[in-house]
Amino acid sequence: MPKEASTREAYGKTLVELGRENPDIVVLDADLSRSTMTHFFASEFPNRFFDCGIAEQNMVSIAAGLAASGKIPFASTFAVFLPGRCFDQVRMSIAQPGFNVKLVATHGGISIGEDGTSHQAVEDLALIGSLPGFTVIVPADAIETVQAVKVAAANYGPFYIRLCRPKIPLVYNESYRFNLGKAVSMRQGKDATIIAIGLMVAAALEAADNLKQEGIDCSVLNMSTLKPIDKAAIIKAATDTGAIVTAEEHLAHGGLGSEVAQVVARHHSVPMEFVAIKDTYAKSGKPAELLQRYGLTAKDIEQAVRSVVKKKVS
Amino acid sequence: MLLPEEGKAQSTTSADSMKTEVFSLSTAKAKSLSIEEMKAIAKRLRRYIISMTGKAGSGHPGGSLSAVEIVTALYFRILRHKPAEPQWADRDRFILSKGHAAPLLYAALAECGYFPIDELLTLRQLDSCLQGHTDCTVTPGVEMSAGALGQGLSFAIGVTLAGRLNSQKYRVYVLLGDGECDEGQVWEAAMAAAHFKVDNLVAIVDNNGQQIDGWNRDVMNLDPFNKKWQAFGWQVIEVDGHDLTQLIDAFEQAKQVKGKPTVIIAHTIKGKGVSFMENNPDFHGKAPNAEQVEIALKELE
Ligand SMILES: Cc1ncc(C[n+]2csc(CCOP(=O)(O)OP(=O)(O)O)c2C)c(N)n1
Repeated sequence: MPKEASTREAYGKTLVELGRENPDIVVLDADLSRSTMTHFFASEFPNRFFDCGIAEQNMVSIAAGLAASGKIPFASTFAVFLPGRCFDQVRMSIAQPGFNVKLVATHGGISIGEDGTSHQAVEDLALIGSLPGFTVIVPADAIETVQAVKVAAANYGPFYIRLCRPKIPLVYNESYRFNLGKAVSMRQGKDATIIAIGLMVAAALEAADNLKQEGIDCSVLNMSTLKPIDKAAIIKAATDTGAIVTAEEHLAHGGLGSEVAQVVARHHSVPMEFVAIKDTYAKSGKPAELLQRYGLTAKDIEQAVRSVVKKKVS
Repeated sequence: MLLPEEGKAQSTTSADSMKTEVFSLSTAKAKSLSIEEMKAIAKRLRRYIISMTGKAGSGHPGGSLSAVEIVTALYFRILRHKPAEPQWADRDRFILSKGHAAPLLYAALAECGYFPIDELLTLRQLDSCLQGHTDCTVTPGVEMSAGALGQGLSFAIGVTLAGRLNSQKYRVYVLLGDGECDEGQVWEAAMAAAHFKVDNLVAIVDNNGQQIDGWNRDVMNLDPFNKKWQAFGWQVIEVDGHDLTQLIDAFEQAKQVKGKPTVIIAHTIKGKGVSFMENNPDFHGKAPNAEQVEIALKELE
């Protein structure tokens, strides 16, 4: 078993570091600071922390006002409420003017488990990804999270970073350096490429290892910067391996799969398969049970690779 | 233990006989239970909440326990409803806006006979009809899918307006959390309810003083709470939310109010009834472990 770590804890601790370095960093939350882990920042910098209560729309527009006046606000709550609960506020207060607001949403996807449908963010990437000017990052582990949060702080403009509730396997070691806008090659193969984000990157690596036993040789790309997407890497994957499978903890509509498919269709058409949630609302259950029920395991990726490889014109 | 692992609830005999007694009548004139009998039910609901969240290993006991008397007064005295016919068109509606208190609603529904009490132990499990937050597509008696706070009062206005258009006489009750009242939508709805003069709508605020990050007054001050509702055009009644008599009186008073909606601000204690949960924010969204379940059930004997 690879070592596991919490992406949201990594976020919370990184915020404190950033706060020490830069007095303009301010943090907002909506009554979930112990879950989003902004409470670390709140206790060290109470004057620069604003708990807005259970009022996500208000929080987002307050963040915009802070950014318009020179601060670097990080605003956090669960991904189901951010941007779901405050989409128009995100659109007009932040995206349209291009303000320097960092939205860090925790508890993305169905791996939140037992809380059920109301707390499962499976549309957030489609919503936020539709907004011109937003940079969207879905880190693959806690180490990449630390880096992504620092990069967001250092680069002007609206950012959305999506984290998850459970601890997830580390796919990087401390020497890893996150490169904004660049897909990360995790495995080199010749038969197909698996492009994954978030906790599906670890599943993709597992799938690639298993497929190797069957003689299917896969590349694995971590597309942690979902937007702006690394077109060159996708085109290269399509050219080199002739088949692509995407894997994301999100609905099949409007997330990673859709973005990759647009690039593939336009620049180098190859067969594709999509590992994602199929047009349904998930229910309560243990995280692992849900990932299995809704088709988000290494096994599902393996199946998708087998079927996409069959479709290749040789 | 009220809900033994085998799922054969020892108390179902008495609960079952009570069910037939209360609900076999046409419900409109259900035989009134005495306050003492209702207190016993309230205690039983508390035991269910502890057992079911304990078994699930997650869930929200604190805000479920605080509203036990509110829900008991409604389901066992005030509401006209037919557990055997959850979709009865003329039923009074109870809408749980603070959807995380689902364990409480499920306990009350089971106690009324909407579904078997044993079902409670499946809370939050894969394929259970008892979801972590209320889901009206899978649970008999649940009127609204909730869990995203702030939407229930608006929904309740819609339900009330439809009843008015259809000349139906049902009344609509909606339970809100006080922290939930941070949401702007609650106040949009408050304004709309007064504007539309929906006088058969009653909002109850479970005013336990806490939300997740701490006390309301520290996170987002709601004061002057009573005056805010008044200013929005509501009849305001304040009660001790653990006193069944006061609650029932308030619900009866609300029936006499004409031309405006009523809000009952129910002063409660989060985690009420279990010493180590009372006013303890840790038990907002954390289940008791096995040992804590045992202690809690002992306290609730
Ligand atoms: C829109 C929305 N934002 C945030 C949450 C997360 N959340 C669940 S319960 C809760 C606190 C609720 O406080 P209150 O309404 O006072 O409920 P109670 O204390 O009675 O349990 C929060 C912030 C949510 N469920 N919905």
